[in-house]
Order: sequence, then structure tokens, then C-alpha cells
Amino acid sequence: MEQILFGLTTIIVGVFGCAAWFWGSNFLLDAALPPRGPNAGRNITRASMIRPWLFLGPALVALGLYLVYPVFESLWRSLHDATGASWVGLANYRWLFSDPKFQESILNNLVWLLVVPSLSTFFGLIAAQVTDRIRWGNVAKSLIFMPMAISFVGAGVIWKFVYDFRAEGRDQIGLLNAIVQSLGGEPQTWLSIPFWNNFFLMAVLIWIQTGFAMVILSAALRGIPEETVEAAILDGANPWQLFFRIKVPQIWGTIAVVWTTITITVLKVFDIVFVMTNGQWGSQVLANFMYDWMFRGTPDYGRGSAIAIVIMALVTPIMVWNIRNARREMQ
Amino acid sequence: MENIAGTKARLTWAVNLAALLLVIIWTVPTLGLLVSSFRDKDQIAATGWWRAAFPSTQSDFFRAGPAADQKQEGDLWVIAGNAFEPGQMVSAWGTTSKAPDALKPGEVADLKDGQQLTVAADGSYRLTSPTQFEDGRGMRIFFTSTQPPKFTTDNYVKVIGAEGLGRAFLNTMTVTIPATVIPILIAAFAAYALAWMDFPGRALIVAGIVGLLVVPLQLALIPLLKFHNDIGLGKSYLGIWLAHTGFGLPLAIYLLRSYMTGLPREVIESARVDGATEFHIFRKIILPLSFPALASFAIFQFLWVWNDLLVATVFLGNRPDQLVMTGVLRELLGSKGGDWEILAASAFISIAVPLIVFFSMQKYLVRGLLAGSVKGG
Repeated sequence: MEQILFGLTTIIVGVFGCAAWFWGSNFLLDAALPPRGPNAGRNITRASMIRPWLFLGPALVALGLYLVYPVFESLWRSLHDATGASWVGLANYRWLFSDPKFQESILNNLVWLLVVPSLSTFFGLIAAQVTDRIRWGNVAKSLIFMPMAISFVGAGVIWKFVYDFRAEGRDQIGLLNAIVQSLGGEPQTWLSIPFWNNFFLMAVLIWIQTGFAMVILSAALRGIPEETVEAAILDGANPWQLFFRIKVPQIWGTIAVVWTTITITVLKVFDIVFVMTNGQWGSQVLANFMYDWMFRGTPDYGRGSAIAIVIMALVTPIMVWNIRNARREMQ
Repeated sequence: MENIAGTKARLTWAVNLAALLLVIIWTVPTLGLLVSSFRDKDQIAATGWWRAAFPSTQSDFFRAGPAADQKQEGDLWVIAGNAFEPGQMVSAWGTTSKAPDALKPGEVADLKDGQQLTVAADGSYRLTSPTQFEDGRGMRIFFTSTQPPKFTTDNYVKVIGAEGLGRAFLNTMTVTIPATVIPILIAAFAAYALAWMDFPGRALIVAGIVGLLVVPLQLALIPLLKFHNDIGLGKSYLGIWLAHTGFGLPLAIYLLRSYMTGLPREVIESARVDGATEFHIFRKIILPLSFPALASFAIFQFLWVWNDLLVATVFLGNRPDQLVMTGVLRELLGSKGGDWEILAASAFISIAVPLIVFFSMQKYLVRGLLAGSVKGG
């Protein structure tokens, strides 16, 4: 009860605080530089130079503090020892690249990067194309899109149940092992088979991301000009050709966007590995590896930050690409 | 012509089938956990959830009553009782672990020293002996039984109370609502400035925000935790609200700015000509018109904060009364890895709210997604 009151109070204080800032600062600006009287013209020009910064102020402070500053702080920490007390140069990075667990993480991350965006986009494309052509398409879309609303941890529980293992011969309660056993196979502890367990973890993320890909690609498919499709049909293209030769090439731009967006998600993937295997049995990934060094046992902020910087470096090309696209669009 | 029509019908079939297959694969895992969350604990462990609607068989043993329970009937000493629940039926039973299903219900087993045991179909047993029983502990009776399907809400009652999920639900609410409202306010003003005010450096700031969209959260954890400790916030709700605000702002500003740029210029220009102040234009014109974009972002942020584990783990404490639901779920996965009734019910409580939000406001979510993905060239 106390907590609810506390929460409500903060919402009210926060909302009023923000509103008060915007309203108050504008009011003060108008009072200091009144848009009337002898200097009206000059005042209006000056006020309109200052006003944007009043509107932007809180956002810039928050962005600067919570996103820009940490990048530099992490860079600085990655060049220092565990507690940040003394300068160690590139020692953390040298350690990183010789550490077998790091090599494992980066290899796994590369496999994730290859598999998850491509399969999510592929399934998303299929789902988009298929659901656009059936009468119950909207229901189907909703259901395929649903995992998007489920937390990674919740998805972890859902899939751990699918992968559940019982000794051979007993009734399997995990769906996957039940299928394998009914086909005459041997039940497996899927999440502890080195290397292949990565794919069982990836399945979870693909399951979540396909809906996202589907929604965006479906909008793109519907935006394709009718004439190109009709012309292809008149020329005798079969449905496969129509899809892969006519439609897909026209939405490459959107496919690229979906692909890069999922790539970013993959680079940051943490929760799934954290709750399902915690990086054991050769399934470590960068984000969870970083968490290990930062918050488990004796924290080593230097090494943890170095791993964070590696993730940042992997994201950077996409960031540059996005900025260039956005700038081109604005012009 | 006929031929073409035939192909078309077949294609329609194939398309419908493909869609059905996709929908099944994408919903069955969730369905499995949902069904399990309503099943009886023992039944979850005994049979797969897809057989939840059928009777389940279970093999186990129970102990006959101890010697202290015996009664004298004529010249026989008798221990009798029933360890079964109503509806549970014995299909076979036995007296040793080597042959646990050697006997049918109603048959009589001859034991040593003239003792006799019989187990009826409803699970009631009768152990007789010509001499007084001496062993303290009751003998083991092995059985294979079938149970009617049993559905219950006990699992939910249990996790909300005993596993602390009720408390965690409140914590999650406390984290999520302010962390959704505050960034919207801040971002709306910033987006308006970036969309409709002309000032030097505007393009640079927009580019910067597009760049910040992808900065990994992981980078921010340690510097900000340190910062919060330095300014005395420590691990508190205020800290996590600020953190989520910071992390959510790039997307919020980006989404709102794209939307506001598309608003009709004439409306804003004419308001300016009429002498309305920027603040007035923002409040009376921009905010109401931008409602769809505000709603999309609100849903995104709500889902993201509600489902977040990492930020909550780092910026809130890890005492049981401070955990959010994803945190509790994670703890349960560690400590109760095999207790699927607890995990399933907990998982469903934690995903219920996002699912309701998702299904009721899907329209806005889709619209936001379409606007939010940076368009490629």
C-alpha cells in the first residue's frame, strides 16, 4: 500500500515537475524578452534562439548522462584495473583475446549473428507472404506476433519446458523429447550438448523476433506497386518466381532494416542465455560474459568494461549505417 | 482454364496449410505452459501436457498403516485403510519393487507367516495376520494407478502468496508506470523542438539520436550504478526510473519526431501567425494530434520495462522484497528448476499483463514498429 502511494506520488511529482519546467522556463523567457514593446523584433529573434534549448534541455541532459557519458566512462575503465584505481593500458584487451571463455563467447555470438537474423527474417517473410493471402490472416498474424510481448525470461521458461528431459523410457513431459521418443529416437538434455545447445537457445530468439520481421515485411509487401505484379503474372510468372524474382527484390531495403534491427538485438542478447544455461556447456555469449565479470564474485570493472566496449565496437558499423540513412532521408 | 483454376485451389490449400503450421509452431510452446499452469502438480510430472485432458497413469508406492493401527477382528489382526484420493483407480499393484504390478485389484497376496494383503480398485487395502504385527513401520505397497484429469488454480494461489509473486507484481508496477510516463513527457517536448523549431545544430542532434538508438545498454550499467551511488540514489526506484528514462529516450524522440514532422504545416503556421506561443501550440495542437505516436511509444516502453531483467537486476536491490517479476522468475528457475507447476504459474502471471496490453493495443504497436525502424535506402 505504502509502495503504491509512493509510486503514485512520484508519478504526480515527476509529471508536474516536467510540466513545471517547460511551462516555467517558457514563462521566464517571455518575461525576460517580451515579444512586445520597443525591442519586440530583437526580443522575438533572441527568444526563438533560446527556446528550442529549453524544450530540448531535459532530454539532452538525460541522453548525455545515461548514454553518451557511459560510453566514454566505459572506455576509460577498460584501460584501468579491476577497481579503476590504476592505469593498465591495453592489458584488459590482451587478456580478453587470450581468454578461452571470451573466444567461445565471440564465436557463439558470430553464430548467433549469422543464424538468428537470417532465420527470423526468412520466417518473417514467409509468414508475411502467407498471412497476407488468407482469410484468417489477421488472427494468424496476431498469434505469430504474440511472443514479442513475452519477456525473454518468460520465453526462457516456456522453452525450457519444451526442452525438458526425462530418462529414456519414462514418459517425457518436454514436447521436443516426447516427439523424439515417439519417433524412436533417444531423449536428450538439449541445453547441455556443447555447441548444438546454442541453436536451441537461438530458437527462442527466432521465435520472438519472427513476429517483428513479419509485421514490417508485410507492410512492405503490401506497398509493392500492383503493376509490377500484374505485369509479371501476364508474362506467365509462377507464384515462386513472382515472390522471389518480383516481390523480394523490391523490398530489399526493408529486409536490410529488419536484418540490422535484429542484429542489434542479437548482439545485446543476455536474458535468454542468462536464465537458460547461464553460459555453461559452451553456450556463453558476450553480454552474459560481461555480466559475469561485472557482477559475479569479485567484480572486475576493467575487464567487464573491456567486454562492453567490444560489444559497442560490433554495433558501431550498424550505427554509422543508420545515421547515414537517416541523414539522407532528412535532406 | 481448368488447369489454372486447379493450380490456384491447390496453392490456396498450400498457403493455408503453411499458415496453420506456422501458427501452431508459434503458439504451442506457450499453450503448453498455460495448460500446465492449471494442472495438478503430480500430473504435470507424470504425463505430457498434451495429455492433460485424459486420465493419467502413475506408478508409486504408499505405506500401509504402522503396527499401532492394527485392530483385532476375531482371531485375525487387521491393518486397513486407503491412501488414495477420490477418483484415483488402481490398475495393478504389487508387494515388492521388483514386481510392482504383479497383481490385479481385488486379488489376494500371500505374504510370510500367513499374512495376507489385498488392494481394491479404489485403493483401499487390507492387511491381515494370524499373529500380532510387530514392525513399527507399515509395509510398502506398490501400485500403478490412473487418475482422472485434474485442473486446479492452486498453483496460482501458491505462487502469489508463498513464492512472493504478489509482492513482485506490485514492484513491477511501481517500476513500470513512472518509467513509461516520464520519458514520454520529456521526449514529446524535445521531439517538437526537433520537428518544428529552426535552430543551428538541429540536424546534428537528430543524427546523434539515431546513433544512440543502438548503443548497448550494457555499456551504461557500471558507470551509472557508480554515478547513482555517488549522488546518494543508490539502488532505488528513483534510480531505475531515471535509468529507464535515459535508455528509452532515443526511441521516444525518434518516433515522436518522425510523427510530428508529418503533421500539417498549415495548422502550426497559422497558429503562429495568430500569435500563439510555442508552448501553447505544443499543448493545444501538437500533443492531441500526436496521440497515436504517443500511444505507440507508451506501449513499447511499457512492454520493454515490464519485461526487463538486466536493468532491474543492476539498478534495484536483490532482496526478496525488492525483486520484480522477471527477477523472481529467474530465481525460481534456479531454485525450483523441476517444479513446473510453480514455474508455469509464475511465468503466466508475469506475462499476463503484457499479453493483455499487446492484444488490446496491437494496432498502435504495429504502427509504432513501422515508424520506428529506420527506413533503409
